[in-house]
Amino acid sequence: MTKSELIEALTSRGDITKAHAEQIVNCVFDTMTTALRRGEGIEIRGFGSFTVRPYKAYTGRNPRTGQSVSVASKRLPFFKVGKELRETVDQSKAHPITSGTTDRGSDG
Amino acid sequence: MTEESKDKRTTKFELVQAVYSELGGVSKKEAADLVDQIFELMKETLGQGEMIKISGFGNFVLRDKRERQGRNPQTGEPIVISSRRVLTFKPSQLLKEELNVESATLSSAPRSG
Repeated sequence: MTKSELIEALTSRGDITKAHAEQIVNCVFDTMTTALRRGEGIEIRGFGSFTVRPYKAYTGRNPRTGQSVSVASKRLPFFKVGKELRETVDQSKAHPITSGTTDRGSDG
Repeated sequence: MTEESKDKRTTKFELVQAVYSELGGVSKKEAADLVDQIFELMKETLGQGEMIKISGFGNFVLRDKRERQGRNPQTGEPIVISSRRVLTFKPSQLLKEELNVESATLSSAPRSG
């Protein structure tokens, strides 16, 4: 499932226009991004939680050349799956994993 | 190391607020239902073994893990970890960049509302 497929699904499920669904989906992910940018965590019950983890600067190596490179300190988002979703996902073991983006020609 | 001093968390409530106040055209109840539906749809999709790609945010990736030997970290006792399907999140390049630009200027400007 891609973002546009999520928008389409919300359009039919929520009985709203596609343009409206698009705004809502974007608003939700934008709000989440803004929270993470402020260093705040996000907690969606039943789904999971996002936190921002700080990483210290270190000197690494280019694995190909062996040359040492300094890696600046950074912040990375980290997702911890919620209990309910973890169980739901595990129960889908019998089905193959798909990316869902099977060629659906027309729609853009 | 400083413990996470910001125990402020964004929850569904804040997402509903954002949809309600930034977009308009919906009641608070409708905004809450729509935000719920987004996460419901994502859960259903992942529950069917289908991965999710949200461009600009990240990918929710499924992985099948084989059964393996592990240890109870408390007792050291060997145990069998059953095969399972797990969900991981791979942040997009864009999100990673967002978290690392202008972090100095942002931290001093808390948002109101």
